[in-house]
Amino acid sequence: MEKFRGVDYYGIEGLLSDDERMIRDAVRDWVEAEFLPIVAEHHRAGTFPVQLFPKLGELGVFGATLKGYGCAGLNNVAYGLIMQELERGDSGLRSAASVQSGLVMHPIYAYGSEEQKDRWLPVLATGEKIGCFGLTEPDHGSDPGSMKTRARRSGDGYVLNGTKLWITNGSVADVAVVWAKEDDGEIYGFLVERGTPGFSTLDIHGKFSMRASITSELAFQDCRIPLANKLPNVKGLRGPLGCLNQARYGIAWGAVGGAMACYDWALQYAQQRIQFGKPIAAFQLVQQKLVWMITEITKAQLLVLQLGRLKDAGSLRPQQVSMAKMNNVQIALDTARLARDILGAAGIVDEHPIIRHMLNLETVNTYEGTHDIHALIIGRDITGVDAFGIGS
Amino acid sequence: MKILVAVKQVPDTATQVKISSDPKAIDTAGITWIVSPYDEFAIEEALRIKEKRGQGEVVAVTLGPDRAKETLRSALAMGCDRAIHVNDPALANADTMTTARALAAVVKQEAPQLVLCGRQAIDDDAGAVGAQLAEVLGWPCASWIMEETIDADAKTVRVGRQVEGGLEVFDIPLPAVLSAQKGLNEPRYPTLKGIMGAKKKEIKDVKASDLGLSSITPELSITALEALPARPPGRIIPGDVKDAVKELVRSLREDAKAI
Repeated sequence: MEKFRGVDYYGIEGLLSDDERMIRDAVRDWVEAEFLPIVAEHHRAGTFPVQLFPKLGELGVFGATLKGYGCAGLNNVAYGLIMQELERGDSGLRSAASVQSGLVMHPIYAYGSEEQKDRWLPVLATGEKIGCFGLTEPDHGSDPGSMKTRARRSGDGYVLNGTKLWITNGSVADVAVVWAKEDDGEIYGFLVERGTPGFSTLDIHGKFSMRASITSELAFQDCRIPLANKLPNVKGLRGPLGCLNQARYGIAWGAVGGAMACYDWALQYAQQRIQFGKPIAAFQLVQQKLVWMITEITKAQLLVLQLGRLKDAGSLRPQQVSMAKMNNVQIALDTARLARDILGAAGIVDEHPIIRHMLNLETVNTYEGTHDIHALIIGRDITGVDAFGIGS
Repeated sequence: MKILVAVKQVPDTATQVKISSDPKAIDTAGITWIVSPYDEFAIEEALRIKEKRGQGEVVAVTLGPDRAKETLRSALAMGCDRAIHVNDPALANADTMTTARALAAVVKQEAPQLVLCGRQAIDDDAGAVGAQLAEVLGWPCASWIMEETIDADAKTVRVGRQVEGGLEVFDIPLPAVLSAQKGLNEPRYPTLKGIMGAKKKEIKDVKASDLGLSSITPELSITALEALPARPPGRIIPGDVKDAVKELVRSLREDAKAI
C-alpha cells in the first residue's frame, strides 16, 4: 500500500490554520515512523510499547492544551488533530495519550493544588511519569454515582478501600487519579502513587480488543494516603464527568483517525485487487461501500472541527461532545467492518490494519460513555425528560 | 558560531509528478510540499553544532514562492533561530547557478562561518547548488559528508565524506560549504512546542534587488520535460524448452540487441 496521504474529500484542510496543519503533520509523521512499524507485534503480544511515553512527551502530545508546566498550549482543534493522528495508528496509542492528558493532567490542572500541579504536571508532560484514572468499578460502569470505593478520614490522611476496573495503563502508572466517596456521600478525587501500601494492580488478559494497550484492575485495601493527595478544588460527580468530557472530546476526533486508516487502506486494496479480470473497485457494491465510508468520514470530520471551534470559543456544551463521540465512533466502527468486508480473507490477518482497528473500535464504542448512554444524554437534552430513571 | 542552512521546498516523495500544460514545468496542483529530506540532515547538523558549542545562531534560507515559507516554518519549528525567504518572481525559474548566486549574496550579508545544505534536492536531483555556492564565494566545499567535527576556535572543520567503500577525511578551513548525505544524523521531529514557538521567530522577506542582483542571467534553461516512457509489457515464450531457448537467444540478439 502507498503512504497514507490523508482523507479530505471536502477541502476541510482549508479550514485549518497553518499551525494546526503543521501539528497534524508532525504527529502523522511520528506515527508513521515510530509507531506503525511496531504496532502489529505489540498487538499480537498484547503489550503496549511503554518506551514510547518519553518520545510522545518529547513530541509534546501530553497535556498539549495546557498553559505552562512545559506544555505546548495548543488550541483544542490542534489537540483533536493529534488524537486523530494517534488513533490512525491505533486506538491503544490514542487511549494512552487521552488518559494521560484528559484524565490525569486535566484533573490535576483543573482541580489540583499548586503543589500537586508543580509536582506532577511537568513530569507527566515529558512522559517521564505515567498516570491512570480510576472511576469505573466492577459493578458500576455507566452509573458511576453508585460507586462503592470509599475514602475515610483517619488521622492525618485518608484510607481508601475498593476496586476499580478497566483502567488503561493501571499497572504501569506512577500515579492514579482515583475517585472515591467520603463519609458525607460525596465523590472526591485522590492521587495515589504506585507503591503505596494497600494499593495493588492486576492486568486484564484475554482481550480481543485494545490488545496494544494495558488494561488493569486497581485494588485498594486499607490504602493510606496523605491529606495533601486529595484534589482540593472539586466535589461530586462533576469532577470525574468533567474529565470524561475532555477525554470524550479526544475520542470523537480519534475515531475519525481510525476510520480514515480503514477507508484509505480499503480504497487502495479495492483498486489493486483483481477479480473477474478487473479491480474490485470497479464493482458497484464495492463502490457503494467506499462511498458510504467517505461520506460518513467527511460528516464526522466536520462535526469534530465545529466541536473544536466551539470548545475554543468556550461555548461548548457536554451534550454536543456526546453527539460527536456517539456518531463518530459508530461510523468508524461501521467503516472498519465494511473495510474488513472489502478486504475479504485478507481483512482478518494483521498484515493489514483493518481487523485491529475494527476490534479496537468495539472498546471505543463502549468506553467513556457507551453509544447508548450518549444517546440518552442527547435525548434528555432535547426532550427535557430524563430516561436514566434518576429522580423518577 | 553562526551557521546558515540552505533548504528547498520539494514535492512529497509520494507525489506522482505530472507535466503541466506548459511542457517546461510540472503540474503543481494537489502536490503536498515538504522540506527536501537531505536538507533536514543539514538543519539537524546545524542545530547539533549549536547545541554542542552551547552558543551560536542557525539561520535557515530558501529561494521560492510564497508557499516555500512553510519550509522555513518547519526549519524554525525544528529549532532554527530565524529565517530568510528570498521570494522574487524574477527568480521563479532560477537554475542552480542563479540560485547559488542569490544564496552567495545572502551569505555575504549574513557572514556565517559555515553554510550547510543537503547533497541535492530530491525534485530535480541536480546536486549542484552547494558546490556552485562555494565557487561563487571562493570558499572550500565538501559534498556528501557523513560526519563533521569543528575545532574549538571554529577555524577548521574535519569532515568525512562518503566515497565508494569508505570515508574520505579532509581538514577544511572555515568558512566553508558542506553538503549533507543521509547517515550524517537522524533529524529530530519538530515538537508541538517548537511549532508554536516558530510563530514568534522572524522570517525576513528578501527581493533580488535587496541582494544587489540587478541582472539575472541563467546559465541553463529548461527546453522541455518528458515523462518516462511506459515500460513495455513482458513477453512469455511458449513451447518446449529447447525451442523456447532458441527463440529467447534469437530475440535477445535480434530484437533487444542485448547479446
